[in-house]
Amino acid sequence: MRHPAFVTEGLTRVYGEGHAAVHALRGVDLTIPEGELVVLLGPSGSGKSTLLNIIGGLDRATEGSARFRGQELTTMSDAALTRYRRDHVGFVFQFYNLMPSLTARENVELVTEIAANPMDPGEALALVGLGERADHFPAQLSGGEQQRVAIARAVAKQPDVLFCDEPTGALDSKTGRAVLGVLSDVNAELGSTVLMVTHAAATAAMAHRVIHFADGRIREVVENATRLPAEEIEW
Amino acid sequence: MSPLDAKLLRDLWRMKGQVAAIAAVLAVSVMLLVMMRGLVVTLTETRDAYYERYRLAEVFAPVARAPERLVDRLAAIPGVASAQGRVTGRALIDVAGMALPVQAQAVSLPGAGEAALNDIFLTDGRRPAPERAEEILLLESFAEAHGLRPGDSIEATMNGRRHAFRITGLALAPEFIYTTAPGEMVPDAARFGVIWMGRDALAAAYDMRGAFNEALMTLTRDARPEAVLAAADRLLAPWGGRGAYARDDLPSDIFVSEEIDGLRAVSVAVPPIFLAVVAFLTYIVIGRMVQSEREEIGLLKAFGYTGREVAGHYLKFVLVIGALGAALGCVLGIIAGRWTVDIYQQFYKFPFLVFRLDYAAFAIAVIFALLAAATGALFVLRKVFALAPAEAMRPPAPPDYSRASRIGGRAARLLDQPTRMVIRRVTRQPWRMAGAAVGIACGFALSAAMLTVMAGFVRTVDMTFDLTDRSDVSVTFTHAVGARTLHEIARLPGVQRVEGVRHVPVIFRAGRKTHQGALTALPRNPALFRALDARTAPLALPQDGVLLSRTLASILDLSAGDTLTVEVREGAQPVLRLPVAGVAETLLGAPAYMELAALNRALGEPGRVSGAHLMVDEAQAEALFADLESRPAVAGIGRKQAARDSLVEMMNQGVGMQRFVMGGIAFVIAFGIVYNAARIAFAERARDLASLRVLGFTTGEAGFVLLGELAVVTLAAIPLGALMAWYLAHAIAAGFASEIYQIPVVFDPASFGIAALVILGAALFSGWLVRRDLARADLVAALKTRD
Repeated sequence: MRHPAFVTEGLTRVYGEGHAAVHALRGVDLTIPEGELVVLLGPSGSGKSTLLNIIGGLDRATEGSARFRGQELTTMSDAALTRYRRDHVGFVFQFYNLMPSLTARENVELVTEIAANPMDPGEALALVGLGERADHFPAQLSGGEQQRVAIARAVAKQPDVLFCDEPTGALDSKTGRAVLGVLSDVNAELGSTVLMVTHAAATAAMAHRVIHFADGRIREVVENATRLPAEEIEW
Repeated sequence: MSPLDAKLLRDLWRMKGQVAAIAAVLAVSVMLLVMMRGLVVTLTETRDAYYERYRLAEVFAPVARAPERLVDRLAAIPGVASAQGRVTGRALIDVAGMALPVQAQAVSLPGAGEAALNDIFLTDGRRPAPERAEEILLLESFAEAHGLRPGDSIEATMNGRRHAFRITGLALAPEFIYTTAPGEMVPDAARFGVIWMGRDALAAAYDMRGAFNEALMTLTRDARPEAVLAAADRLLAPWGGRGAYARDDLPSDIFVSEEIDGLRAVSVAVPPIFLAVVAFLTYIVIGRMVQSEREEIGLLKAFGYTGREVAGHYLKFVLVIGALGAALGCVLGIIAGRWTVDIYQQFYKFPFLVFRLDYAAFAIAVIFALLAAATGALFVLRKVFALAPAEAMRPPAPPDYSRASRIGGRAARLLDQPTRMVIRRVTRQPWRMAGAAVGIACGFALSAAMLTVMAGFVRTVDMTFDLTDRSDVSVTFTHAVGARTLHEIARLPGVQRVEGVRHVPVIFRAGRKTHQGALTALPRNPALFRALDARTAPLALPQDGVLLSRTLASILDLSAGDTLTVEVREGAQPVLRLPVAGVAETLLGAPAYMELAALNRALGEPGRVSGAHLMVDEAQAEALFADLESRPAVAGIGRKQAARDSLVEMMNQGVGMQRFVMGGIAFVIAFGIVYNAARIAFAERARDLASLRVLGFTTGEAGFVLLGELAVVTLAAIPLGALMAWYLAHAIAAGFASEIYQIPVVFDPASFGIAALVILGAALFSGWLVRRDLARADLVAALKTRD
């Protein structure tokens, strides 16, 4: 097995207190190797997005430890977490979250500007097949196009890890397959570790590793002996 | 350009209405600061340079008639650098086309040479030749008002004798920067003249050969002015000294200095109010922006932007607004300053007056503009730092209305759902609503206060010219004359009523406070010129004692029952100890009243008057004036209406123009606040309103939910604003008040009514703008937004 990118031990996240407390994660132990494409599956509220947020440096654990390349994330200061996100992490969200007042290219530049080793924004957009539409505003793009801009934005910094929360959740099957293809290419060509949260069980077929969540715990981890290319995934 | 800066520019464009509203308020405050500080610098430096270059005396000592040799003894007073004597006198100039002869002051020209005090600035022609008695110079503004030019001839009455003169040139002088006809407040170029002529010729006209009737002195750097004044008084007393006074008691200088002080006070007091409004506006606008962009903020943080970088982006947004406002304000300030300087030139006779920038004010204005904008934003930007990226990525929970007022029972049946939405929103965020109400109230208060002060100006005019002075014409005599002259005047055709008056120059002393002024002595129960109490009822003049004007009472710190010392500077120059019998309301000047017979007793000159108030038949006025003019005892004739017209003109055109500027500014502020409040309410509720429209509500019904809130806030703001206006009006009136005039603050329903209309107008216009956007809003887009 390759070096682990992430190792978590007893990772717990509780929102609220007392009667209103919600246990989003109930002690998760997990190891994710560098360079893998990992799919996190499970019903709503099973804890997969919470895990993604914590190891992505967006949220803090209540208990337990989470390490990236041996570095403890749970005790990092806000400034250190910002640094971590800036230097190592890319995000793709279900609702694209593009800046409506910036063009596709400018949305990508938003990230390349502060990254240590970015690729050319045009190149990133070309990678997702949107080189032609770089100067369009989000409102002028379809949902799939917007999501591809979001991916271009996430990969343009050549991140070590790419976190995708329901990247195809708002897309039709054809567009969704294309987006998955891009993610798979990023994993293969840039060597980024890709963690993808999804509802769509079929997506699991393209992953190196599939982690099933239920009730804030890991129910099962499956390593795929053979992987399907994205375009052959049944929707 | 960095993508965040691109976002910045597009955000600025998207929110241009609000940006413009804030920048306008800011521009206005910067404009005021730049303009007023610039005027202070311009007037101060021009005045000082003018005084210095033309060697304006620092001490003036009028005297009845002193021998020339006394000049050397004046010069020997410790602290006096140089002394000169000159001859001045009152004259009447006949001008074609004017029913009344024009009052003028005749002044002897200083001898040639470097050291001549109170020199003149020749604007046209040449100086009179010393040996030619008929050659004179005229005050430029007076000559221009009557179309007189060098080479023209005029006739003037001096000391009761007519003389023919030829004008050789026109001039200005630092002692006549601001000139008014005697007893008036406002300059009217046509109705007051200055004649300069050779010393010998003027001395001949006034029987002053080998003598002078005014000494001029300059002081050494370490001189004690009070000691010099006292020494000069002692020296001149045997010769009829009328009381030496320092340059800052020179009427022209008083007016110029009061104007500078007034400008300085307003420039310090007013801009901070506007800047506070700007801080408030940026607070609400940026607050709303951050609220609606929390997702984008979260996203930026998720990408690894630091809190500082994100906050910096929003700070830049307000700083750009600040810079826009400051830049616009600076330009407007220069324009307004130049324009005001042009107006000043009508009232102040400087040889040159060029608007000068006060660069410090420039810097201060820009810094404060940026600070004001940033202050409002800084309160909000803490939230940007506090926002956790993951939290920002989730839509905010719906605002909790569970604690808003429950509407049950009968009220529930009376109120429909949209009305409840309005009520719940207002009651759920009472502080926020209170903030908006206070902002609008500020706008209202500014408008109402400025209008109240304007009404006060009108009241000053009415009180002075209708209630205090009910005469048509006032006549001044060359010296105190006997009652016979009054009887003669009373018998002239066209004279309906005559009342004598006696003005004597005095120095008031109370403890350590002194004031150089005049006593006005009136008949016991005057009908034409009266002292009034606070309720404008006429005050009877006390058998003994004086009535002080409120201004003089406050200068001397006296009230009824106190005693003061009055040093008379005329005739036998008695020193009187007089009780203060009461305080009279006067809005112009700082007079003191005394009973005529009592004053004459004290002076030992029974039955004397120095002037008269007349009520005349307009139809016979012209013949009457001609007759009066021919009397040697008459030094001047003034029509009340002309004085009133000049005052009103000055208030409307000159300095009083500020009132209109301020009124306009108040509207800008009121509109800025109301429009921003409406805009933000709309932005926050776009989704609710779209939902209502989807549910089948009409634009009007949905608009009601939005505008109802605005209406509630606006209506709440008006009573609050009225209260604030009352106090603000007092503060502004106190700021404008000077020794020259006061502004009474009286509740003026019209002012408050107009201010309320202005605010309602601003609210309606804002509401209309927002409702127009509501009608255009894309329902589906509004619903799809995750906000």
